[in-house]
Amino acid sequence: MERLDAPQIPRRSRLPGGSFLLVWPACVIAVFFIVPFALLLRTSVARPGFGALGEGGFELQNFTGLAVDGAFLGSVGFSLALAAGVAVLSLSLSFPFTYWITRMSRRAQVVWLVFLLTTLSLSEVLITFAWQVMLAKRIGFSNLLVWLHLLPEPMSLSPNLWAVVACLVYLVIPFSVLLLFPGMSRIDPQMAEAAQTMGASPTRAFFTVIVPLMRRPIVTCLLMSFIVAIGSYVAPLVLGRPEQWTVAILISKAALDAGNLPLATAMSVAFLTATALVCGLLLALGGRGRPT
Amino acid sequence: MPGLEVQGVAKNYGKTPVVDHVSFAVAHGDFVCFLGPSGCGKTTLLRLIAGLESPSAGRIALDDVDITASPPCDRGFGMVFQSLALFPHLNVEDNIGYSLRLRDGNRRTRRERVEELLELVRLPGVGKRAVSQLSGGQRQRVAIARALAQEPRILLMDEPFSALDAKLREEMQVEIRQLQQKLEITTILVTHDQREAMTLADTVLVLAHGRIQQMGAPLDIYRNPANKFVATFIGLSNLIEVQVAGAASVRFADHMIEVGSVPATVAPGAAATLSVRPENVLVNRLPAGESEGLSGTITFIRDFGPTIEARIECGGRQIISVSPSSQWDGLKASDRVGLKFAADGCRVLPP
Repeated sequence: MERLDAPQIPRRSRLPGGSFLLVWPACVIAVFFIVPFALLLRTSVARPGFGALGEGGFELQNFTGLAVDGAFLGSVGFSLALAAGVAVLSLSLSFPFTYWITRMSRRAQVVWLVFLLTTLSLSEVLITFAWQVMLAKRIGFSNLLVWLHLLPEPMSLSPNLWAVVACLVYLVIPFSVLLLFPGMSRIDPQMAEAAQTMGASPTRAFFTVIVPLMRRPIVTCLLMSFIVAIGSYVAPLVLGRPEQWTVAILISKAALDAGNLPLATAMSVAFLTATALVCGLLLALGGRGRPT
Repeated sequence: MPGLEVQGVAKNYGKTPVVDHVSFAVAHGDFVCFLGPSGCGKTTLLRLIAGLESPSAGRIALDDVDITASPPCDRGFGMVFQSLALFPHLNVEDNIGYSLRLRDGNRRTRRERVEELLELVRLPGVGKRAVSQLSGGQRQRVAIARALAQEPRILLMDEPFSALDAKLREEMQVEIRQLQQKLEITTILVTHDQREAMTLADTVLVLAHGRIQQMGAPLDIYRNPANKFVATFIGLSNLIEVQVAGAASVRFADHMIEVGSVPATVAPGAAATLSVRPENVLVNRLPAGESEGLSGTITFIRDFGPTIEARIECGGRQIISVSPSSQWDGLKASDRVGLKFAADGCRVLPP
């Protein structure tokens, strides 16, 4: 077939304009990402309590100190575990939910998707404080349980780990559903039916056909939830105890309360490395899947 | 042996009946085609039998066991879907072995069975390939092998050949028929292609508007269509409005036409429709001046080689005739001709 759809413009005349257009995003990335990141790296190897840029020398003492800092290492472990937990929990909720949405009529699907998009307009801070109110003793969720005779008297349900997890899962679910939806809605409904005619129960068909077909979107979704949760700051601060403080909170304490920027940046770099390792591992696991 | 029985099965989507109280039976080893135009409910009927839809009314039984409420996974029917629905995350072997794996088949026996099935559909040695590496015809065969893997009690196929080109479709039709006869497996195939239904099936079930219009052997349906819909949907037919004149004759434009018989359902003197297949319309050159009997003027001729089709203007309507070219005596367009309908090729239908 002739390629009639190809525009009749010589290739050379299109290229310079195209590359010129790319200069703008390149500048944005350089100014707002690469430069600050370079500064961060520089600061992380500076002498504690240094003054102006350019001074401070070169020392690895910040990092070597962190390597034996039990509180920091504990917090890194907790942050990774929290993020992993939130990612798995939100996937296990949003995956069946997305499947359920794709079975609905077109109209109902649109209503659900618009609703989910709308919740994204709420800021993390707003949602966190809403959860704090919901979990409070005086007007919160526990009053509902008392009314239902499930609880003898109202109680405060925060701060604790589960309040933090609930809030983060709530934050992440709309993203997860919107990430899973395109792939899920493209799956031929006859796939699951075929599995059923071959003797698989609906549950078995779901796990042996739908889930493997969604392997790539599942990895993407886990990764996204993991990254959102690992950088969380407001939710653990407001809804958690100090034991549930994430690395982000430790970094802000070191930088703002103690005024030790080199230590704070070293923490950031160390934590970034740990996160990058986990993400790389996840991608390597998911990358082997065949495209659907 | 009783086989599959469908009794008064109906399916409504909202208030629209898609399948409207359908009853029929399929004997073991039969090849049945559900034939009808799109939207006639044939696919829904197949899905009801597979258990993928639950009926609004009626009962489905297999060998006198009621299976109306049993889920598709318990029915043990193999199904080939229109989209084939091969699993892209599994290779050919695992696709075919899917049902065997669910039954916890031992790995070696499973592999042997898959090889056997691949031999059966004449695709040996492709077990390790990805589904995406196969051609359309090969995928078709894999889908059939997969449906046969669990030794299904009934094989169901939903327009399986519609995505194939004409030549391949023809080949697959012959192959599926041979396979069905070899395995003696009860088979139901849904199609909108009357040629496919007529050449494949032992029994054709013609559907329109969710109701069975006629069920019978292909040639029977062709020769004795039950109504106007069947007469025109299956093959070509001249439908002529006539008046019943006697026990074996009807009146058309002041001419008496002998027919085999008039069914009891049409009263003498009542309006009826006469269905005559084009090959039963006999054309002969009309000697000059003679005008006895039914006559008309040829308006158009198409030469197909072995047969010649003529369109004849007769009494204000067009009649199509098909004659073997060996019996065609050089008639041309605008020639006057006499027409005769072979009495045993005439069917009187309700108007």
